[in-house]
Amino acid sequence: MLNIFAFLRRYFTFIVFVVLQFVSLWMLFSYNRFHRAAFLGVASEVTGRVNTQVDKLDDYFHQGEEARRVHRMNDSLLNLLKSNFEFQDTTQRLVVDTLHFDSTAAIRRYTWRDAKVVYNTINSEQNYLQLNRGSRYGIRDEMAVLNSDGAVVGVVVNVSPNFSQVMSLLHVQSSVSAAHQKSGTLGKVEWDGKDPKYVWLKGVSRSVDVKVGDSVVTSRYSYNFPPNHLIGTVSQINSDPSTGFYLLKVKTAANFSTIQQVFVVENLLREEQLRLSKETDKKMEQQKNKQR
Amino acid sequence: MSDLVRNFIRLIVFLLVQVFVLNKIPFLHQFVVPYLYYLFILWLPFSLPRPALLIIGFFTGLLLDYFMWQPGLHAAACVLIAYIRPFIIGLLIPKDTNEFNYREPSPRAMGWAPYTVYALVMTLVHHSYLTLLEWLQFGTFLQFLVKVLATTAISMLLVFTAELLFPRKVKYRTNTA
Repeated sequence: MLNIFAFLRRYFTFIVFVVLQFVSLWMLFSYNRFHRAAFLGVASEVTGRVNTQVDKLDDYFHQGEEARRVHRMNDSLLNLLKSNFEFQDTTQRLVVDTLHFDSTAAIRRYTWRDAKVVYNTINSEQNYLQLNRGSRYGIRDEMAVLNSDGAVVGVVVNVSPNFSQVMSLLHVQSSVSAAHQKSGTLGKVEWDGKDPKYVWLKGVSRSVDVKVGDSVVTSRYSYNFPPNHLIGTVSQINSDPSTGFYLLKVKTAANFSTIQQVFVVENLLREEQLRLSKETDKKMEQQKNKQR
Repeated sequence: MSDLVRNFIRLIVFLLVQVFVLNKIPFLHQFVVPYLYYLFILWLPFSLPRPALLIIGFFTGLLLDYFMWQPGLHAAACVLIAYIRPFIIGLLIPKDTNEFNYREPSPRAMGWAPYTVYALVMTLVHHSYLTLLEWLQFGTFLQFLVKVLATTAISMLLVFTAELLFPRKVKYRTNTA
């Protein structure tokens, strides 16, 4: 027993060192896998408060640019107003609707919520944004984040009551289901950790006709992102000789270094889609067992 | 100002500078990440017991980690440099404590050459470990090497800038205090 105490006293510093190393590495690896860590909720509240104060100051330097951007956005929306269009008489006809309910009413699939970016980096390999809205505002994990022009920014990975954390498109672990708009071919957008202006579109077959300047948008089959929102434009066409797929360099539509206002988009049918796909998997598994 | 208050203020300033200035400067290159916050650990007083040094290092790293959203990454690196700090200082300063009674490491206390070696070794170890942990998840070996060297170079530049801009007054530890 005495020997144990002697040992502990002799190597106390080393033991503390090993324990602290172990704790930090455990935090790091568990966070990288699940995006969860101890005290992250509390930490998020604290860092969020500090970031909000600094961001308030930072806003003064971007006001002119921000006003111009909002004006441009208003302009594009005003152009869509019905009053801008004339309907030719020949296309109008009287129809008696025999249905008892309005069959044209659509089911809402996406809800948009506004949020403000309070902290954002671009020069790490794992970039995150912090938003000033959290679970109290209805924000949940896996919701899509688009910038105020509707271009893709990232996905929510963590929420605390008043703040939420977004994994930016510029994160080496991020992978967004995307499509080449002109042909509709699906692929995946990933980042290689190098230049924050460019991401890569992978998985587009070389048989597709791709030109520089083509739009890359979010795919129709994504569970998180609303379809047809711009991710970027093709800036360089490489082909991967080993796979027969293109490796397309895509210039991001969102300018990540000056990002200010964003929308957090909730897919209201996401749960249903996920449940359906899970049940399908289960059913197929049962089928497999039946055949045997 | 007592050592405690002085170092507490220092910690806050270093973290704020790291989080809101150095992490936000426009993108230079993927290999160049300016780090300065660990200078706080380099500047801690000589008199701290080693377990305390480790724990302070851990929390310094952890605070930055919570701002950067990479929990554990900087904490691990800080604990490592806090652990090797006494060994390097032991190698670089005279053993005879009667002659050597400065409060904390600084160019004036240690001399420019030993201090440079001290800062360089600590920087190199910190960045190597940090980049190694990132590299385990992502990247190639060449990227790892170049990133360590480039980041060390920019950090050394920042360290010397900080030393020249804010020369700390050399105070002696005396029996009267």
